[in-house]
Amino acid sequence: MNPIFNHGPSPQHRLVLVLFCSALLIFFDHKMASFESLRGYLQSLVSPLQYLANTPKQAMTWASENITTRRQLMAENQQYRLNELQFHEQAMQLDIIKQENERLRSLLASPLRSEIKKMVAEILAVDSDPYSHQVVINRGAGDGVYEGQPVLDALGIVGQILHVGQTNSRVLLITDISHAVPVRVQRNGLRLLASGSGQIDRLNHNFVPQSADIQTGDILVTSGLGGKYPEGYPVSEVSFVSTDDSREFVRVYSTPIAQIDRLRYLLLLSEKEPVRIFAPKNQQLKDDIKKSQSLKNKDVKVVD
Amino acid sequence: MFAHNSVIILLTLLIALMASIMPLPLSVDAFRPDWVLIVLMYWCMALPGRVNIITAWVMGFLLDVLLGSVLGVHAAAMAVAVYIMAENFQKIRNFSIWQQALITGVLAALYHLVVFWLQRFLIDATFLPSYLYPVITTIILWPWVFYLLRKVRRHFSIK
Repeated sequence: MNPIFNHGPSPQHRLVLVLFCSALLIFFDHKMASFESLRGYLQSLVSPLQYLANTPKQAMTWASENITTRRQLMAENQQYRLNELQFHEQAMQLDIIKQENERLRSLLASPLRSEIKKMVAEILAVDSDPYSHQVVINRGAGDGVYEGQPVLDALGIVGQILHVGQTNSRVLLITDISHAVPVRVQRNGLRLLASGSGQIDRLNHNFVPQSADIQTGDILVTSGLGGKYPEGYPVSEVSFVSTDDSREFVRVYSTPIAQIDRLRYLLLLSEKEPVRIFAPKNQQLKDDIKKSQSLKNKDVKVVD
Repeated sequence: MFAHNSVIILLTLLIALMASIMPLPLSVDAFRPDWVLIVLMYWCMALPGRVNIITAWVMGFLLDVLLGSVLGVHAAAMAVAVYIMAENFQKIRNFSIWQQALITGVLAALYHLVVFWLQRFLIDATFLPSYLYPVITTIILWPWVFYLLRKVRRHFSIK
């Protein structure tokens, strides 16, 4: 039987209570960032929901992958063979150039670049929240993912790991309004900062002086200055440069090179050891040369 | 909670949560209706003794975790919208279905504005009209959800 008069606290009291709880949560989460570890657990807790929500899409992909004609497969196969040939040839060249570069670097006593480990991840869910650009991937702390790890797709930088759960983690995209990447212009090495605009197809560049040599079509690559992203990966292409002289700074916009709106597979990079900033001393130099020679024999490992 | 088939209520809420994080093409994504809010609205109107502000807050909190926003933002907005429903459920029950749909639309708009105000306060978000597109789909969706959930409620005789 339903009572006519409700028992328990009145709606007003309940509202005040939950708003107070919300205010506390917002304060501790946003201002104090004290929920980082708790968020990991919560993320793991809700991961079944995310996997479930992803099943229709996975079923569709499975169907479209399985229902292909023989002819299509053959055409694709041929294309891949051609690509492989091309890439193989490029890889051979790259090996030689890498060796040469390492030798030259060690001669110049500049720090050697460490090998970068890679891991492939798949996107689980894309957030519908318009205020933040994030995606969830199917790798977590169990696979060795850590906070701040750089994330790429086949074309360029996508973002970095924000929260890590046990079996999945959350990636903050470069277009998010709270994200910025240190970049340089590939053509002339001019340093810039690429900050997210909150729109999926645009990055903003603030504080570019009027005298800067930058034009539409310039490719921007990571400069490695922030220490988060390794050097030299493509980030975006300059799409708009204002020519208004009355302003103090030039307005520059660019379009991300990675296809942020149609991501599926991602690459997580991790450095085996932190990059040494200072030039090694003589004793270290010899060790480094030895190490680099032993490293040369190993190929870049792709962990899947 | 397990008496009177109340577990069905939980099930509908979980399905709503799943629908609100399901990946969609980018062009349709801006129009994604507020599934959780609609389902909460219905249950709060039909069974205010079972689903109330606390339930709404917990659902909003789960949504916060799922969407990766600052914890408590969606929870507060959801609680405010459901509070208005909980205060006026006896009036709204007697309205025609389209009047109910309009009221749901107004509450959905309030929900999105509260979320926006909090986000503006926290991360300086700027307002885009596209933040209110879900209100349109929510209004259109209300009659269907209403009839479906009423059928569910009567079939399982949830009290």
